Amino acid sequence: MDLDIYLDNSATTPLCDEAKEAMLQAVTSCYGNPSAVHGKGIEARKQIELARAAVASVMGAAPEEVYFSHSGTLANNTAVIGAALAREKQGKRIVTTATEHPSVALAFDALERRGFEVIRLSPGPDGAFDPMELLGALDRRTVLVSAMLVNNELGFVNPVETIAQAVRRAGAPALIHVDAIQGYGKLPFKVKTLGADLLTVSGHKIHGPKGVGALYVKKGVHIRSVVYGGGQENGLFSGTENVPGILGFGAAARALGSVGDTLARVRARRDELLSMLSQNPAVKINSPKNALPYIVNLSVPGVPSQVLINYLSQRGIYVSAGSACKKGHRSDVLVKMGLPPVRIDSAVRVSLSRLTTAEELRTFAHALEAAVRDLRVKL
Amino acid sequence: MKEIILIKDGELALKGLNRSTFEDVLIKNMKEKIRSLGEFRFVKSQSTITVEPQSEDVDLDEAVARIGKVFGIVGISRAAVCEKEIGAIVQTAYDYLKNELAFAGTFKVKAKRSDKKFPYDSPAICDEVGGFLLSKLRGLKVDVHNPDVTVTVEVREKYAYIHATQLPGAGGMPTGTGGRACILISGGIDSPVAAYMIAKRGVKLTAVHFASPPYTSELAEMKVHELLGKVSAWSGRINLFTVHFTALQEAIRDYCPEEMFTVTMRRIMMKVASRIAVWQGADALITGESLGQVASQTIHALKCTDECAALPVFRPCIGMDKSEIIEISRKIDAFDISIRPYEDCCTVFTPRHPRTRPTPEYAREVEALIPEEERLIEEAVKSARLLVIDAYND
Repeated sequence: MDLDIYLDNSATTPLCDEAKEAMLQAVTSCYGNPSAVHGKGIEARKQIELARAAVASVMGAAPEEVYFSHSGTLANNTAVIGAALAREKQGKRIVTTATEHPSVALAFDALERRGFEVIRLSPGPDGAFDPMELLGALDRRTVLVSAMLVNNELGFVNPVETIAQAVRRAGAPALIHVDAIQGYGKLPFKVKTLGADLLTVSGHKIHGPKGVGALYVKKGVHIRSVVYGGGQENGLFSGTENVPGILGFGAAARALGSVGDTLARVRARRDELLSMLSQNPAVKINSPKNALPYIVNLSVPGVPSQVLINYLSQRGIYVSAGSACKKGHRSDVLVKMGLPPVRIDSAVRVSLSRLTTAEELRTFAHALEAAVRDLRVKL
Repeated sequence: MKEIILIKDGELALKGLNRSTFEDVLIKNMKEKIRSLGEFRFVKSQSTITVEPQSEDVDLDEAVARIGKVFGIVGISRAAVCEKEIGAIVQTAYDYLKNELAFAGTFKVKAKRSDKKFPYDSPAICDEVGGFLLSKLRGLKVDVHNPDVTVTVEVREKYAYIHATQLPGAGGMPTGTGGRACILISGGIDSPVAAYMIAKRGVKLTAVHFASPPYTSELAEMKVHELLGKVSAWSGRINLFTVHFTALQEAIRDYCPEEMFTVTMRRIMMKVASRIAVWQGADALITGESLGQVASQTIHALKCTDECAALPVFRPCIGMDKSEIIEISRKIDAFDISIRPYEDCCTVFTPRHPRTRPTPEYAREVEALIPEEERLIEEAVKSARLLVIDAYND
């Protein structure tokens, strides 16, 4: 297939040229162990520090507040479990949302089995959840509050700032963790304004490499590690640094440019896509109006997600299922939004990146029209 | 220490004059399975086949595991080979079995002497070997009735063989002694089990899988490849034909009443598979159907689909409960693959309320609603792509 239109950027992104170049340089010449005290090691250490500064600057953090991990999942696991264990003497209540990624949700399940009390807030019909409900859930024994910044299925933005304020007002000793993996480099934010104590990002969602993530830990905040070993990254993420991955992540972060300007450009493309799709009554948009424009969740009721994915895939267009759905179990997010089952079972997620072109989206819209025709949808 | 594998063949003993032919097939099948591990020599003698590696670095653990999946074998032993001299036999028995005996409470020694010129008779061999092991291994006791370990010494033509535990073989009949049959495989739990069960009776396998892109995923096809890989570890090479079934599925959806979707699809599958089977020289079809498991597997539905087959249809799972099928599925290591959740042909266009008591007359009427059915069937047969599946050979 010579025509590849990749619209699954929320799952992962292809490497950008800048990252590719940085990684090639890393694997060929920057091979020293960053912990080594000779020239080769020092060279690798210096490069890592440059990458750290680049990754930190996108979120408005100081470089020394950012620690590289070996994946976004490991960073989320460490944030959640490490924070809960560090504060368990002050209380065992945790507040989170019912729509977290498994790397957060299943970590909370594990804590629950060990005696923590976990409150999971449900999203309202617009996808976002109610700050008042949150306020009710908080008490003086609440030691951790965790919410994703951008929902990975629909693209809605959680009111993280409001959450942080609510925590302060309730006088809870809670740390605030934000899983910003879908928001980093797409939605402009500063860790200080968000009020986050811990914040997770990942390299491969912004045209960086797979196998590298980072955790922001606000200066003065201490959490436990969940990995034991050589003490790399201030003891948080032991294991020899993934130097090519980290340098690739750094280069991808530098290549982002102005996140705000890019957002405006992507929004314009998304709006054009939505107006093309609105011509076709068979296509229903599931993402809320105020969703981050990088994610468009849509349904062609009557065509199961997997069938539409296969159809488009045969034509070199790649999208993913719109609902994190295990067999016989529908996505909570879409159920909570009050969507009928036929719409949930047909949901696909079209996810853009800063490199997605208007032309690609036009081709996609035409292919979707053809799919509706070929798959003979009953209206 | 030189080690070999001793094979006891099973039901073959019953087959009189055919025995030698059957043993030759068995040896050929074993060769196929372990060829990629190195050179081996196969020797038939009395009721045993010996498999001798021709070099030191052969992975004998893997060879035993693979031979354990060759049909037509009842027992497998690994044996140490030594000179026919009582001192060597005693020492080899100790060296070879000391680790196994270290954790056994009781043992006994069994001797077989096919070379009657050997100066020690069987009881004397037992005394020598048993006495030496008792003197060397503290805490070990003799129990002739119910020992933890039985040490067997076989004094044969050229060498003596020493072995302990006999592993069970795969049973059944050597593949290829029972003709060829064609399995209709979907990717679920039942069809790989059915394929295994019929292969076990000496039958070679051809397989037909129906793919309906875009309604079914490439992942479903890959799943079938993996499942047949597991079956082929037992059955040997399988020729898989993947049929492009979309046009027929869409025709059924467009022209037939919804309650008859599945039965009509199964009828057409039987027709397509029959043609491929006949063309491939198969003399029967195999399905994983189990009576009453789903609407298309009621006695009435089977009556409707059976008449479309041009060959006898073997349904070895027909009287089994799901739990019994799963037990075999686990045994052949297919279960974890089978339960991966991809759509297959049987689940596309599933009717909400399928008819459970269709009649053949009605089924024929419904099928006749499809325009140009014969042309579509012909095209489906022609679309079949061959993939050779063999777990142990490229």
